[in-house]
Amino acid sequence: MSSRNIILQRLRNRTGGELTAPECDFSVLKRPDWSTAERIERFEKMIESVHGEVHHCTADTWIERLAEVLNTRGARNLMIPKQHAIGQAIKASERTDLPELLLYDEPIESWQPYLFNEVDASITSTRGGIAETGSLILWPTPDEPRLMSLVPPVHIAVLNASEIYTTFHEAMLAQDWASGMPTNALLISGPSKTADIEQTLAYGVHGPKELIVLVIE
Amino acid sequence: MSETIAKAHPHVDVKEFHPRAHAAIHNPKIRQNFRKAMDGLMAKRTAAFEGWDLETLRDLGANIRMKALSNLPDLLEQLEQKLTENGIKVHWAVDGDEACRIVRDICVARDAKTVIKGKSMVSEEMELNHYLQDQGIEALESDLGEYIVQLADETPSHIIMPAIHKNTGEISELMHEKTGTDLSNDVEYLTASARQQLREKFMNADVGVSGVNFAVAETGTLCLVENEGNGRMTTTVPPCHIAVTGIEKVVPSLEDVSALLALLTRSATGQHITTYFNMISSPRKGEELDGPEEVHVVLVDNGRSSIYQDDELLDTLRCIRCGACMNHCPVYTRVGGHTYGTTYPGPIGKILMPHLIGLDEGRHLPTASSLCGACGEVCPVKIPIPDLLVRLRQESVDGDRLHPAKVRGHGAKRSTSEALVWKGWAWMHASPGIYRLGTGVAAKFRALQPSKAGAWTDYRTAPKLAAKTLHQRMKERGQ
Repeated sequence: MSSRNIILQRLRNRTGGELTAPECDFSVLKRPDWSTAERIERFEKMIESVHGEVHHCTADTWIERLAEVLNTRGARNLMIPKQHAIGQAIKASERTDLPELLLYDEPIESWQPYLFNEVDASITSTRGGIAETGSLILWPTPDEPRLMSLVPPVHIAVLNASEIYTTFHEAMLAQDWASGMPTNALLISGPSKTADIEQTLAYGVHGPKELIVLVIE
Repeated sequence: MSETIAKAHPHVDVKEFHPRAHAAIHNPKIRQNFRKAMDGLMAKRTAAFEGWDLETLRDLGANIRMKALSNLPDLLEQLEQKLTENGIKVHWAVDGDEACRIVRDICVARDAKTVIKGKSMVSEEMELNHYLQDQGIEALESDLGEYIVQLADETPSHIIMPAIHKNTGEISELMHEKTGTDLSNDVEYLTASARQQLREKFMNADVGVSGVNFAVAETGTLCLVENEGNGRMTTTVPPCHIAVTGIEKVVPSLEDVSALLALLTRSATGQHITTYFNMISSPRKGEELDGPEEVHVVLVDNGRSSIYQDDELLDTLRCIRCGACMNHCPVYTRVGGHTYGTTYPGPIGKILMPHLIGLDEGRHLPTASSLCGACGEVCPVKIPIPDLLVRLRQESVDGDRLHPAKVRGHGAKRSTSEALVWKGWAWMHASPGIYRLGTGVAAKFRALQPSKAGAWTDYRTAPKLAAKTLHQRMKERGQ
């Protein structure tokens, strides 16, 4: 008999009494009905407590802020999505104070060392935020692949203030995640960190050292 | 550091618990490292649950886990079906050896020589690294704590913070010796050095091996909780990803995950959420430009289906591996993780490991507890750990007619003379005349009572018999 059938048979023929599934009441996960302003405030407080950086912008000012953020860090280049409106807008702005713009438009195998060693910053969109925990929701796409938010030392994320949910539970129900999950879905709450050396926090252990959120209000 | 602790190894003799405990208790460095870390973790956990109705949340956690377990075989089949539909290959392993062989066969089929690993306690349980090494495949840990532990050729001393037994100075010396970094107490420098060393490894690894925190049956999704990003690297950069998981990690729906996640990170490290919550549902597909072309899941039983047979022991399988029980355990805090000599240390190890290695091998585990109850009080899924410890103590002396022993290796601590003493004790207490005579004689000759009673009186004063028995006193009072 296959290991699969051995295991399943042992589980099915258990010697104990019949097991019944208890009722699960999820209402304890509910947080107060925060207003949009309160959700933004909470999101900001939480993500800043784990070393994330928040900038308040508008649809007209965010590219200017982006340029400032990159210039203060001396970034030589910025990886942008090719098709997403964010990438389009950055390209169309034709600002001279932006660093070299890069696209992630080839399979990673053909240019991996460049991504790992040469790219200073990336910018991606988000599918919303979570106020309670200060988290960003990302569903990587062919336009914004998985490693784009992981490998460069600075990750900049654009978040629409109107898309900040109160809890993860609320967000996954509102966006109906159960009806179909992407290859990879992510919650990102701050830059990469570790406390594995004597409980001392250090940032950028494997992923980005900095996470910068441009909140568009 | 004492020899017995420094050399803690997968093949350490579990039965040597007492000498190791003795050495650890008299090792100030171990005591300080653990005390400091556990105090911090307890305070952070308390703060993270502020404003929550924690009891109700823990009830929800327990109910979700029971809901999953009550339907475990069907859920596993549903998970298998969904994962397969999503393009993920599913394997089943009866024990750790079979799981190791499955991983090896996948590696061999791809001609893989190097494996990069994200943190996985199941892979520790399987002793996967040593197995692969013996097969000529390099397996490198990428979680910083695991990386440190691997450099030192040790095993994790905590399931969440593997290198918690070492302080910065010790880690600096280790990295200097093994990787040539400068001696430094600057944690940022040490972390940055490890980042540089491991980035090369990620790029060149043929296979990534990770664990799984929750496997969602409804959507065929593997969820991983982490802070460093090494888990995302491991599951995204190499062309092949193998996830190993215990069969009990499956949950019915995504909604269940939101509640368990809220409990897990707060209980474990006092974080409201970890930096990354990584949900994987398929290999690279269509136009996608990165991610592994192959994803495999190995569902590992390794003793879990035995635990599943018994209504009381079943609760052990609710565990979501947060480590809160060890953070709050007065025994763990004093003796440290290596003393147990088992993959899972602390309270969860004491109730889980006897099933994995047999109660004969793990005979000292259920008694390495003061039964203070702290573990049961903080468990996010309300596992009655103290009750299970008592149950395993009964099992290790073979229980009684009402509670027949079942666990593999039961009865290993049963001694004929002790059983006889208790039989005599029961007989005496059931016979009023003999009882009165016996207690009367004992009270009369109380001066002859020895002041030492073996190990019990090493750190305590022996209790003294009263001059008069209760019966005599009652008689004097005329009642």
